[in-house]
Amino acid sequence: MTVRTFKDACAHKIMLCLSGFVMSLAFLMALGLYLRARPILATKPLRELLLSAVWNPGQGQFGLANFIISTVWVTGIAIIIAVPLSVLTAIYLSEYASSKVRDITRPVIDLLAGISPVVYGVWGLLAIVPLVRDYLMPVLSEHLPFFPFVSDNYTGFSTLTAGIVLAVMTFPIIISVTEEVISRVPFELREASLALGATKWQTIKLTVLKKAQAGIVAAVILGLSRAFGETMAVLMVAGCTLHGFPQSLFDPAYPLPALIANTYGEMMSVPLYDAAVLLAAFMLLLVTIVCNVVGWGILVRFEHTGV
Amino acid sequence: MDWRRVEENIFKCLMLTSVCCVVGSLLFILGTVFVKGFHALTLDMLIKTPQGGYYLGKGGGILNAITGSIVLGIGATLLALLLSLPLVVYLNLYLRKNSRRAFAVRFLLDVLWGIPSIVYGAFGFTVMVFFKLQASLLAAIITVALLILPIMARSMDEVLKMIPFELKEASFAMGATKFETAVHVILRQAIGGLVTAILIAFGRGIGDAASVLFTASFTDSLPYSLFKPVATLPLAIFFQLGTPFPEVQERGYAAALVLAILILGVSIAARFISGKFTRHVIR
Repeated sequence: MTVRTFKDACAHKIMLCLSGFVMSLAFLMALGLYLRARPILATKPLRELLLSAVWNPGQGQFGLANFIISTVWVTGIAIIIAVPLSVLTAIYLSEYASSKVRDITRPVIDLLAGISPVVYGVWGLLAIVPLVRDYLMPVLSEHLPFFPFVSDNYTGFSTLTAGIVLAVMTFPIIISVTEEVISRVPFELREASLALGATKWQTIKLTVLKKAQAGIVAAVILGLSRAFGETMAVLMVAGCTLHGFPQSLFDPAYPLPALIANTYGEMMSVPLYDAAVLLAAFMLLLVTIVCNVVGWGILVRFEHTGV
Repeated sequence: MDWRRVEENIFKCLMLTSVCCVVGSLLFILGTVFVKGFHALTLDMLIKTPQGGYYLGKGGGILNAITGSIVLGIGATLLALLLSLPLVVYLNLYLRKNSRRAFAVRFLLDVLWGIPSIVYGAFGFTVMVFFKLQASLLAAIITVALLILPIMARSMDEVLKMIPFELKEASFAMGATKFETAVHVILRQAIGGLVTAILIAFGRGIGDAASVLFTASFTDSLPYSLFKPVATLPLAIFFQLGTPFPEVQERGYAAALVLAILILGVSIAARFISGKFTRHVIR
């Protein structure tokens, strides 16, 4: 064995170990968080932790239900706002837009993905909170006095505010994945449809979108998992108070990631507190892993068989 | 009246509206931060560290956070580079094209990319507790490096995938080992794209707050030791906005402007730099 081949063999071994490390990283994270969360799982049944709404660490009560419901609210609003806008944008960019328009929008989407969550938070604080407080909330709750619009929270820090900010944060991933998926639909299918006399929109609606369905669902799932775990921006605009779960668009919310971020200073001072918070992180990890595995799994299948 | 045309036009309008919403939201964000931050921004903020009572509205600046973020970003980027460069060379050169291992690594990188940064922060915290470490620059560098590893590795991977197979064949035919091919041929060919990937990861690293909340803590002094807490720009913004004093909040907006400019600068540099490293590229 010469020095050169020895070098090559060494490099190979190191790279092999490295790839093993990367493959086990998700597992290591899950294991680390689980081990730290175990003390609380040993003293209380998981059911009680997830379904109880009483959060009072000083008395040893760690019910996560309010935070889970808040997370669902905020994520749901974000997805409802983001999906139509992003999917329509992606369709336009891949089917109608000239290359000039695409040259402008591509960096815009990259920048949206690159902006710091804290800057999104500042934007939410300066622009969306006043918007909700001064315009949306008074108008909507006055004229539509029923389920999702009634609230006595006039601060503007609300579920809807967080949802709007999160929606903008999920634009990039949904748009780029959807665009990629649509561009993979073979051109011949479009030609066949157009040759039968369909208009361009009919072709898109009946052929392209049908073919790309699964991929778009994957894009939405990936967007969902982004919104689900976003922390700082939500922490800054959602209100984060401990008064039950939100019952309206304008009630304050306190989602799981915000809980984790908010308690970092005090969680070592009370027994089991850190275990409860890390249990929340563990759940967050599990849900996002499942979402991402499903989402990317669909996309991989789509790449292999869909086209 | 042709209903099909009407339908097409309605949807075209909807699509244009949504494109405008997406582009408009970026302009809205940048506009808000610029307008609000600009008049609060002073030179003092950029060149001074916080003095006593800074968070009550007294004098000083956020130099500690700016330098802290840059040091943290550079450290984390270097560590992530150290991990991801061999990894992508391995994926593209040592493994066969349809290898299961390569598929698994790419898939897991995609999954890791989707894990929220607060979870990385919590994981960093458990590791810190396990090794009895304090919140420090080192802990933050490790956490942020793990956070940006998937982003960096996946974008580098896309760059290396683009390199024509003939180039590798030519190198192998000259009797070069895979390692020599990687160092002397592939990395030189791909350098522009790799720098872009590094800058993207750097931008993500300095912008993230949730992962450093547990691991970096915060301090009013400049970063001077790997084993001491470090201030970061996102957290400086967050803490200043959390105070009840309007003048401190104003400074928080100015700090947000600094962060936005920093990230904007890095992204723009990433976009234009890939064309600059063409000296060794074979076309």
